Amino acid sequence: MTTISRNELAQRIAADIPEGAYVNLGIGAPTLVANFLPEDQEIILHTENGLLGMGPAPDADHIDPDLINAGKQAVTALPGAAFFHHADSFGMMRGGHLDVCVLGAFQVSQTGDLANWSTGAPGAIPAVGGAMDLAIGAKAVYVMTDLLTKTGESKLVASCTYPLTGVGCVTRVYTDHAIFDITPEGFVVREAFGDNTVESLRELTGLDLIAAEEH
Amino acid sequence: MIDKTVADVATAVADIPDGATVMIGGFGRAGQPVELIDALIAQGATDLTIVNNNAGNGDVGLAALLAEKRVRKIVCSFPRQSDSWVFDELYRAGEIELELVPQGNLAERIRAAGAGIGAFFTPTGVGTQLAEGKETREIDGRTYILEYPIKADFALVSALKADRWGNLVYRETARNFGPIMASAATTTVVQVDGVVPLGSLDPETIVTPGIFVDRVVAVGERRWLRDGEFIGGVDLEGNAK
Repeated sequence: MTTISRNELAQRIAADIPEGAYVNLGIGAPTLVANFLPEDQEIILHTENGLLGMGPAPDADHIDPDLINAGKQAVTALPGAAFFHHADSFGMMRGGHLDVCVLGAFQVSQTGDLANWSTGAPGAIPAVGGAMDLAIGAKAVYVMTDLLTKTGESKLVASCTYPLTGVGCVTRVYTDHAIFDITPEGFVVREAFGDNTVESLRELTGLDLIAAEEH
Repeated sequence: MIDKTVADVATAVADIPDGATVMIGGFGRAGQPVELIDALIAQGATDLTIVNNNAGNGDVGLAALLAEKRVRKIVCSFPRQSDSWVFDELYRAGEIELELVPQGNLAERIRAAGAGIGAFFTPTGVGTQLAEGKETREIDGRTYILEYPIKADFALVSALKADRWGNLVYRETARNFGPIMASAATTTVVQVDGVVPLGSLDPETIVTPGIFVDRVVAVGERRWLRDGEFIGGVDLEGNAK
């Protein structure tokens, strides 16, 4: 089955973010989305460590250790940027002020539960960061992930087996095979890439997926 | 005359006792009060409970304090990082206790302590392992969990500059936990690049008013080094150079 690359997926997510949106891109793969936001539109990026109006990474000669993102990588502050302390930053999340966040996932359930912070494996060191606040706080919670694990299991599941990050919080899942909306009836295939079909996706996930035209 | 400045970092942390709860500002390395932590390492207090977002980076600052086995317990949201090998080893050996708190709950619990709030209901963490055993309540159709404040005996914070009353101005994302930790500790100790004359800070731009600050120690303008090479620094106006 056709899959799209991580950059293509980031570009696809970027195309769904409207001008004027306040957006948090978490850490890791979702931060790629920033590379594809249209330059002629004003979309304001929030980073949990106290910055609205985050810009791209600086060149090597202009790295500023005081100016970093949630992944602790060097970033820049765009004209119009604002700094604030941590309680305000998480108030922006919890208080429902962010329009969109994009998070990675280990599993997403058909009722929108998200598991993305711990596999629960013995001996693993747990770390949650801001994931639980983002998951329940943003108006729209987008997940960016491969559909399948490295060993071929579906990350879309009837119910999560990994420890939860948030309950019923995911709006939409962007995968390398297709885009899925979470609805009260379950996963709806919003868009299938390449030669993927609702039927082939049902086989891959083992789930009773709903075709968009049937929803 | 009020003068909260102290002569050096050793004096600033001299009375932190064994068993103290100490908040340490910073997010990763940004805003981490490295000189105060080094002074705490030299001072010798042990059996500490540390509140920080992370559990140390590399082998300096908080990581060095952990490596000295002076920390009994750490309260944080994100201990595991690519360069948190000191914590990882202690944790796996069972030599440090971890209280893992979602980052927004950590921030709000610190803020609540400083603001005199007895407890608060938050939606963050509902239905997860990190809410197990916590009281819940349904309010307007949504479920919340009860979280309690985190108070500290001492807070160690880094800011760009201060005056002798302890008014603080921070720089960029190095602000992070500084303002809320300064409010939540019995004794707040702040390291700054420099102390400026009273009246020279614009009252409209002071982020932490001096009422939250007990001691200020100047540690000099920072030099940014990479592999020992000077790659820049910052002056007291906050301008990179």
